[in-house]
Parts: sequence; structure tokens; C-alpha cells
Amino acid sequence: MERHTTDSRVKGVSTGTTILAVKFRGGVLIGSDSRASIGGSYVASRVINKLIQVHDRIFCCIAGSLADAQAVTRAAKFQLSFHSVQMDSPPLVKAAASVLRELCYSNKEELQAGFITAGWDKKKGPQVYTVSLGGMLLSLPFTIGGSGSTYIYGYVDAKYKADMSREECLQFATNALALAMGRDNVSGGIIHLVVITEEGAEHIVIPGDKLPKFHDQ
Amino acid sequence: MALSYTVESPSPGFNFENSTRNVVFEALLNEGKSKAPSPLKTGTTIAGVVCKDGVVLGADTRATSSEVVADKMCAKIHHIAPNIYCCGAGTAADTKQMTDLLASNLSIFTMNSGRNPRVVMAMQILQDMLFRYRGQIGANLILGGVDCTGNHLYTVGPYGDMDKVQYLAMGSGDLAAMGILEDGFKPSMELESAKKLVRDAIHSGIMSDLGSGNNIDICVITRQGVDYIRPYEESAYKDK
Repeated sequence: MERHTTDSRVKGVSTGTTILAVKFRGGVLIGSDSRASIGGSYVASRVINKLIQVHDRIFCCIAGSLADAQAVTRAAKFQLSFHSVQMDSPPLVKAAASVLRELCYSNKEELQAGFITAGWDKKKGPQVYTVSLGGMLLSLPFTIGGSGSTYIYGYVDAKYKADMSREECLQFATNALALAMGRDNVSGGIIHLVVITEEGAEHIVIPGDKLPKFHDQ
Repeated sequence: MALSYTVESPSPGFNFENSTRNVVFEALLNEGKSKAPSPLKTGTTIAGVVCKDGVVLGADTRATSSEVVADKMCAKIHHIAPNIYCCGAGTAADTKQMTDLLASNLSIFTMNSGRNPRVVMAMQILQDMLFRYRGQIGANLILGGVDCTGNHLYTVGPYGDMDKVQYLAMGSGDLAAMGILEDGFKPSMELESAKKLVRDAIHSGIMSDLGSGNNIDICVITRQGVDYIRPYEESAYKDK
């Protein structure tokens, strides 16, 4: 897993962020904070949604330059929609991750955006993929990304269990995001979570005052 | 594309030709030891608020060229479509060109498709155009309008990033104006309260920012139509 230390060099609005995705029993959970900053000191938006739906059961979360990430996900959404019309079936999560990887790799000189793709498909069930800045694609049981992720590697490595239940997974993700938001100045705001299963996608929002507290007086 | 809304259809994928061209230009200028002319900036305060019945946009009317006020009655709220208007901050030429291009594209679209444009379409065209130029076009835009899907307010930045918001201020006076908006905004406001809030926000920008000043323009867009009040309030320091 790579470290996102390039956020301070991002020109324009950066999502200097904390994002994660975790597989659990029967589904996948994808989550992020909600802060967009400019130059590391001005919060351009405190309620931005970094979880972008690229297909019915495939979401991706964005890190890095907001403009680049939005442009790439729009192109990916179009390509996936076209692909699913051609194939007459929903795209595989791997296909979505590949589309993002292709865009990131071919334009790596110009773009500064990283993604975590997660979703559910009929072939392999719940999956999590990460596409880094330069276009590396990895499939993992769980992954974290963004500038705030550096503060929670220890926490997620220690606390992750394979085959968690939905409630355990929600608690794990909420705690991880809250801890990262507590230490990283360019992550913050509210927590956005999306739970994707065979039934569909459910969007959960945890407002700032309902975040778990850790020794915060 | 089946329904071409623009005279020139961009090819699919990304096109970074202009990036390389700009790098070459910059290198040439430095070699020739000449300075590029500094662009006219609107050093501005613009604001927009979504209210119950529509969208209210506001702007000051000062255009500056370094320390001199170049235009005391500059129009910063641009017409895009009968139901969509756009405030622009940043480089005056860039915002004017972007909004004019957008307006032309949308009117061709309306003629071709027989439908009124949606605000989200206008936003996506802007986002496309600005992203293609990688931040070289200095346009910070607040796009607002009313269409069949409701009242919408979007912001598009010079790098092509966008956000859908309920209220926002942009320009050099945005910090002062945002303070007023954060304090006074409530969801589903009445039209008159929204107009007053936007006026207060622009006024605060004018008072606290040197680059903003003169009069306040307000544009009210509702399902019934558009009320472009120019000026909504004249400067207290106008020559009598």
C-alpha cells in the first residue's frame, strides 16, 4: 500500500483525505471523511461526498486532486455504463477498477488522483481494489488510503478480522475513520459510509457530534 | 455523439495538448525576457443561495487592473440560459469567454433537442472545458438555476473540480461573505430573506476586501422567471 504524501503539491482543491474499504461477510463497506481543502489551510467544503457511484453496486472513493478525481470517475462511469450495455449485464468490480487503472496509468504525468474501488458482483461477490497514483491495481481484503491513512495503519492491522459481521465492520470502519480524522488536519467533517451487498447499496452518514470519541476531553 | 450540442465535438478520453503548448509558451516568454501582460482580474465577491422558490445570485461590480478600478459597473452575473445564470470570479476575460461559450452551446442544444437545458448539464460542460485546460483558464464560477428537477447551485473551479451546494461565496471577498452566509443561511428560506442574505454577504465582501466594491447586483431565478436587478443597491460612496 502506498502513502499519499503528495497532497500538499496538489494544485487547486485537494481531497487530502481518509478513505477506506473493508470486505465483510456478504458484502463490502466503503467509507470516507468529508473535507476538501485548498493549500492545506482553507477548507473548501466540509461536507463533500467522496464516495462516487460508478455503477449500481460499484462505488469508488477518491483521494488527491478533486478535479482530476472527478474527471476520471466521470469518464469511468461512462465507460462502465457503455460496457454494461454491450455485455447486457452489470460490470464486474474488477472491470471498474481496471477502467480507473487504465485512465490513471496512461495519464500518470498529468493526473494526481488515487482511488479505492469496492462493490459486489455475481461472479466473485464482494471485492475491494485499490488503484494508486501511478496506476497500480491491487486486490485486497481491506485497504486504507489518503493522507489520514498513515495514522491508522497500526489500528487497522491490529483490529481487522476476516469474515466480520456487518455491525462489527461498521464499528471497525467508523473507529478507524474517526481516529484518522482526529489526527490529520486535512481530514475531518462527517463520515460517509456505503454498505454494498447483493441487495443493493445503502448510504449511511455519521454526523460530527455522533463520532466515537477517544480520550477527547 | 447522437445529439451534438457543440460546433466542435471533443474526441473521447483526455486531451492534454494545451498543457504542452502552454509550457512551450512560458519557456519562450522567459527566453525573450519579456513579461506576459497581466490579466484583468475581477477581484470579486460573488455569492449564491438556494431558497424555497428558486436561486438567488449576487455579485459586486468592481473590476480591477492591479490597483486601478478598471470598470465600476462590471456585470459579473452572466446569462447562460433563460433559467440558468452564472457568476464569475477570477480573470475577467476567462469568465466571460467560458460563460459565452457555454451559453452558445446550450442554445444550440435547445434548438437541436427541443428541451430546456438542465443546470447539471451546464455544470458538466463547464467542468469538461475547464479540466481540459488544466487550470490555465482562471475561472471560478458559481452556476445557479431552476429546471424541471428543482433549484440547483453548483460551483466549478479553474481546475475542473465541482461541488453541489446550498450556499457559497467565491472571489477575493469570499471569506468575509462566507461568514455572513454561514451565520444566516437556513434551508428553504423565503425569497425576500434569501435576497437580503445575499445582499448582506456581498456587502460584507465589499467592506472587507479591497478588490470588491461599488454596487451590488442581484439575480433571482424562479420557476416563474428571472429578475436580474442591476444594480440592486448602489454604492454609498457614488459621486452625486
